[in-house]
Amino acid sequence: MELPTPDSFVLSRKSEIVATLQAVLPQGCVIDAPEEARAYECDALTAYRCPPLAVVLPETTEQVAAALKVCHQMNVPVVPRGAGTSLAGGSMPTSDSVVLGVARLTDVLETDYPNRFIRVQTGRTNLSVSGAVEENGFFYAPDPSSQLACAISGNIAMNSGGAHCLKYGVTTNNLLGVTLVTMEGEIVEIGGAHMDASGLDLLGVICGSEGQLGVVTEATLRILPKPEGARPALIGFDDNAVAGACVSDIIKAGILPVAIEFMDRPCIRATEAFAGAGYPDCEALLIIEVEGSDAEIDAQLARISEIARKHNPVELRESRSADESAKIWLGRKSAFGAMGQINDYMCLDGTIPVSELPYVLQRIGELSKNYGLGVGNVFHAGDGNMHPLILFDANKPGDLEKCEAFGADILKLCVEVGGCLTGEHGVGIEKRDLMSHQYTPEDLEAQMKVKDVFDPKWLLNPAKVFPLDTSESRRGAQGAAV
Amino acid sequence: MTSDILSPQSEAELAEAVAAANAPLSIQGGGTQGMEIANATRLSTAGLNGVTLYEPGALTLVAKAGTPVADISDMLAKKNQRLAFDPRDLRGVLGTKGAPTIGAVAAMNNSGPARVTAGACRDFMLGVRFVDGSGDIVSNGGRVMKNVTGYDLVKLMSGSHGTLGVLTEVSLKVLPTPEMAGVLLLNGLSDADAVAAMSAALGSPYEVTGAAHAQSGVDAHPVTMIRIEGFEESVTYRLAQLKELLGHFGDVAIATDPARTKAGWAWVRDCTVFEGKEGNLWRVSVKPSDAPGMVAKVAPENALFDWGGGLVWMVLPESVDPRAQMEGLQGHATLMRGEGHVRFHPEAPGVAKLTQSLRKKFDPRGILNPGLMG
Ligand SMILES: Cc1cc2nc3c(=O)[nH]c(=O)nc-3n(C[C@H](O)[C@H](O)[C@H](O)COP(=O)(O)OP(=O)(O)OC[C@H]3O[C@@H](n4cnc5c(N)ncnc54)[C@H](O)[C@@H]3O)c2cc1C
Repeated sequence: MELPTPDSFVLSRKSEIVATLQAVLPQGCVIDAPEEARAYECDALTAYRCPPLAVVLPETTEQVAAALKVCHQMNVPVVPRGAGTSLAGGSMPTSDSVVLGVARLTDVLETDYPNRFIRVQTGRTNLSVSGAVEENGFFYAPDPSSQLACAISGNIAMNSGGAHCLKYGVTTNNLLGVTLVTMEGEIVEIGGAHMDASGLDLLGVICGSEGQLGVVTEATLRILPKPEGARPALIGFDDNAVAGACVSDIIKAGILPVAIEFMDRPCIRATEAFAGAGYPDCEALLIIEVEGSDAEIDAQLARISEIARKHNPVELRESRSADESAKIWLGRKSAFGAMGQINDYMCLDGTIPVSELPYVLQRIGELSKNYGLGVGNVFHAGDGNMHPLILFDANKPGDLEKCEAFGADILKLCVEVGGCLTGEHGVGIEKRDLMSHQYTPEDLEAQMKVKDVFDPKWLLNPAKVFPLDTSESRRGAQGAAV
Repeated sequence: MTSDILSPQSEAELAEAVAAANAPLSIQGGGTQGMEIANATRLSTAGLNGVTLYEPGALTLVAKAGTPVADISDMLAKKNQRLAFDPRDLRGVLGTKGAPTIGAVAAMNNSGPARVTAGACRDFMLGVRFVDGSGDIVSNGGRVMKNVTGYDLVKLMSGSHGTLGVLTEVSLKVLPTPEMAGVLLLNGLSDADAVAAMSAALGSPYEVTGAAHAQSGVDAHPVTMIRIEGFEESVTYRLAQLKELLGHFGDVAIATDPARTKAGWAWVRDCTVFEGKEGNLWRVSVKPSDAPGMVAKVAPENALFDWGGGLVWMVLPESVDPRAQMEGLQGHATLMRGEGHVRFHPEAPGVAKLTQSLRKKFDPRGILNPGLMG
């Protein structure tokens, strides 16, 4: 992975930059000792690391604005950071950048049940947002598997999804407003507790902009009443295509489950060996969860089973209790851990049209043979979001490169069949150079124009999302450094 | 006003027409919204017509921008599916004719009563193709439900009213049409009680799919309507639970007759109650609990509260400015029909600066629906 050449002028001014930041921030908010800054050298894409110039951890929106003003004036790149769980290298620094973390901004500012929203500071973790409204019977719907650790700020920047997004949507569908601090240090309120924008939908383009348009310090989020209950069914098939057809038939019948998860044979075998959830040894496994009262759940599961039976499943289990539900979910929830037991793995995140599933799985199988690397597939089958897990050995020279090439081939395949490079993890540095496979130069130009408006000097997280050669002239234009 | 009308027959022709334009363009789908720009050449999307992909099993549909909404609804209905955001047909109250197009629905982020729970038009837009003000063709998003590849220009285009680009193709997530719908009806509630009742319903686990209140309904009395949709067993159960939950607000009647529930929600969706009423038609988005107070201050002859109170429709004399009563409230008021006020709510300086710069970037010559959004 290529990173831009650090700005030597910025590097040479480190002590001056740190001193100026210290002058506008309270004591303890600026970290410049290399051994402490090292803790911020990577996110969850741990194969790539680079310690930043310094780290700032402001305690208020105004302090965020003050820090950004300094960096703007001194032409210092800034990398916003939440909890650092990005799988795409989104919060990985460059050596000439200041990491701006919102980890100290964790307050709940307002909860409003009649109007169904919560306003929080964005350093708060995803799970603790639901935690704040749980006692009143509400929850915050987007639930990435990293929800214990990841922050709302990162969720907004990546437009994160979760297990329940088939029914409830992803972050952008549950976000009502933000407080955004621009690179120039201006504080802008966008959206609020009301629904939809009057003018341009700025909120919509800020969500998913990977920390490149501004630093989000507060957010108004939609909260929803908790369903009365939820239970899954487990269905096993001898053929991927048949499993795909079953999903399509369920959707066509007008049933809208909260989740439809798919696992292929390598993944089933790995999780069985690891967690012993009692899954059948078959080609494809579906876990389908529905919500409602007990009687409503029974009725929906009965409808699903009736459809599934027409496709001759090798196994069909409807959960009747919380215990049985936990058992059905056990294997799926330990899938990543199970693959990790076998070897190092890389988790991909492309999306495909659901109808292309059998072809894509067949091609992945062929590629796996060609590359000599194993792969298991976990898949949000309702919405086409795939998570192929490629196994490799980090200690074996050349294996990582081979794995990356394999991953790139899979993502190109996703685009080829009408899908996209990333469904929920974001582009970051990881998929940056593949963007031109999905988009024409005009398409990328249109996106970069948006960044020109919010961040004319291209100082915010500049080395991400866009292929380096495509963004070069803009990044170079930042001023003193050229 | 020039009498020319440009009618490109393909995306490429449309791009050429925009690139070649040397004067303002008034972009037009069905022309049903009365948003024509004065002294501009009309650019019609009528030549871009047709559904290019429909996969019921994947809940996705892709259509060219000039495709009539009615054609899409018919096609979906054959597979028991529908546009989930329930777009409004305002021809009656706007006094216009023509066939509304999907491109305009998207360009206006036009969403009906279902928006309160299911989401807005923008939430169901998966991808767009458009021609920007320089005549460049841009594609963003795609046809899959989960996509975070690059910036979300799909959302930026939704609600941009043609001022950033001319949409040429829209790809949408559609949803199954529920087997059954039922409505709870409460009569005679004050605005405040109605919003409280709707909030209670929307805050329950029974998945309300519509909540509206009219100060003066079909029979000239206040009426509050709460909708449940789904499989029959579910609808029956949920209506009963809600009837009990809302009992302390007054008598609750239940209607499940398909023709009546459909007509009732179409009446809400299309603001039929304001048909033939003279004055300015306003659409106000606020926090639901702020709505009754705002309406009391504005004192219209009649008010229709949709989205659980989050969206208020009113007809007012030209001399009345509802924005004057929104001091300190989050939200915005749009003038949908009438004179004497700017159409879109003035934006705070920080936001205005960003939106103006965006418009300059995407339409440097200022030829796309100039002046429409300020
Ligand atoms: C085990 C594991 C499971 C995961 N499961 C899922 C999943 O199910 N679904 C899913 O969608 N993702 C998943 N992820 C990915 C990751 O958790 C999400 O992308 C998450 O939203 C990142 O949040 P964060 O706070 O850690 O962000 P960070 O990693 O700190 O940052 C992510 C991006 O957000 C930007 N950013 C951070 N804070 C701000 C701010 N205040 N203003 C502007 N930009 C900011 C950063 O610059 C960066 O580009 C998973 C990750 C792991 C490690």
